[in-house]
Amino acid sequence: MDVAQLVELNALYARVIDNEQFEEWPKLFHDPCLYKLTTAENVARGLEGGLIYADTRGMLEDRVSSLRKVNIYERQRYRHIVGLPVVLGQQNGAAEVETPFLIVRIMREGDMDVFATGCYRDKVKPDASGALRFAERIVICDGRRFDTLVALPF
Amino acid sequence: MDVRHDEGLKEPVSSGIWPEESLARVPYWVYQDEANYKREMERLFKAATWNFVCLEADIPDKGDYRTNHVGIMPVIAVRAADGSINCFENRCSHRGALIAFDDGGNVGNQFRCVYHSWSYDLSGNLRGIAFERGINGVGGMPKDFCRDDFSPRKLRTTTLAGLVFATLSPDTPPIEEYIGSEVVGRLKRVLNRPIRVMGRFVQPLPNNWKLYVENVKDTYHASILHTFLTTFRISRLTQGGGVLVSPDGGNHASYTIAMPEGANANAYKEQQIRSDQDGKFALADPSVLDSVEEFGDHIQLQILSVFPGFILQQIHNCLAVRHVVPRGVGKMDLVWTYFGFADDTPEMNRRRLRQQNLVGPAGFISMEDGCIGGFVQRGTAAAADEVSVIEMGGSTTESQATRATEASVRGFWKAYRRYMGY
Repeated sequence: MDVAQLVELNALYARVIDNEQFEEWPKLFHDPCLYKLTTAENVARGLEGGLIYADTRGMLEDRVSSLRKVNIYERQRYRHIVGLPVVLGQQNGAAEVETPFLIVRIMREGDMDVFATGCYRDKVKPDASGALRFAERIVICDGRRFDTLVALPF
Repeated sequence: MDVRHDEGLKEPVSSGIWPEESLARVPYWVYQDEANYKREMERLFKAATWNFVCLEADIPDKGDYRTNHVGIMPVIAVRAADGSINCFENRCSHRGALIAFDDGGNVGNQFRCVYHSWSYDLSGNLRGIAFERGINGVGGMPKDFCRDDFSPRKLRTTTLAGLVFATLSPDTPPIEEYIGSEVVGRLKRVLNRPIRVMGRFVQPLPNNWKLYVENVKDTYHASILHTFLTTFRISRLTQGGGVLVSPDGGNHASYTIAMPEGANANAYKEQQIRSDQDGKFALADPSVLDSVEEFGDHIQLQILSVFPGFILQQIHNCLAVRHVVPRGVGKMDLVWTYFGFADDTPEMNRRRLRQQNLVGPAGFISMEDGCIGGFVQRGTAAAADEVSVIEMGGSTTESQATRATEASVRGFWKAYRRYMGY
């Protein structure tokens, strides 16, 4: 797997969220897929539950339409700082990749805080057109505290 | 109607004076005042209340322990050799350091404070003191030092359907009596067999702890603030349901019955409520709502609370306990523990994983509860002596066969004022 392509995929991923182009976010996944937001502690203890759990692209799309049309939260956005991907292995044509991230949350009034850090544990493979997409993205947060609410995807 | 404090009382906030006798009025200083917060720790958390400390499933074996807080007091709950559960203050009786500084684990036969190696048995009794007799007869503790006089404060514990509660008071009634038979019935309805923990998350909230507890008891807001509930008819006030309030007011169970709304189907439209989004929002993948009848009674949603800070939730097949931990007058932690049952099939496990999208800090349904308490905390910043109006469904606290009522919120204040002496 070409690391430059993985870097590009991660950069695109961060960009669509940080630029609030949320509708583009599900398109970076295969269908079916697995997207889960959890903590290192839950992973270490073998606890499967997630704050967000989506195993189809439709569920990711529902996240987006819900945050656009349904849920109430104070205006905010994220700035992702995504580290370099490490390819851990290859299985069934998919690369197993781990990438560290840091998310700063910027609130309506201008407050900025480190909202989350952690790593993405991914399975990445090309789609029919050859573009790399996530078959799986497990967001493993270092901490277990999620201040106030999580409206936007990590 | 003059509901203000006497203008002459410039520090009424710490006086605990209620604006008037009605349970339907609550002054905003209760969410803001430092002295009141400290008083709550004494009169409420350290008094005759049962406080959730852990699940039995967290500590199945001898020496298994979990740490938690009763109010602001750090505590340890531990499984003893005889299978009983003990709870004591997580404070070394020597210099006051935390005895255990992890979330949990297994300690074998004893806890040992890392500071000076004083040790405690699984009942919280001080058992060992490093260099108690000094070195070569020099130094050490006085010969008449009595270890039995120096143990951390012990809490009485009780269990109910796999939940472990603790109290500092000898006067707290037995747990079933404390909760009340109706609400106990609703609790046992869900916790009817061994559970398994599926995940834990902590949600720090920017508001006084009582604002969250009120929110949980507020059956009126749920289907108005939470559009997701209403749109997908998980819970609408027009569906069957009601609220049970324990006689002392402190505990409640609200429920929604899976039934057609009939003639009331258009009520949300008529009220022009934002959460009525019929036709404007549809799920691309409705499997998040794929639920099965699990408890055999058509109750698709039940929210239950035990005074002061325990919550049990059943939303379809999504089960969780939530624990409210005060973290200062304007801050709290909401600790979520998602669970299923030990005998869940793989299909049920997957269903619960999907439905967990509904709750927690990122919950389609519960997300708004994360910010609404902060909105009240900020909105009332200059309104210590003003009051909120809690009068839906009257001014009393009895159980009602509707959720268009604030009876269980008033019940909370009935219990709160009794404990606080207000």
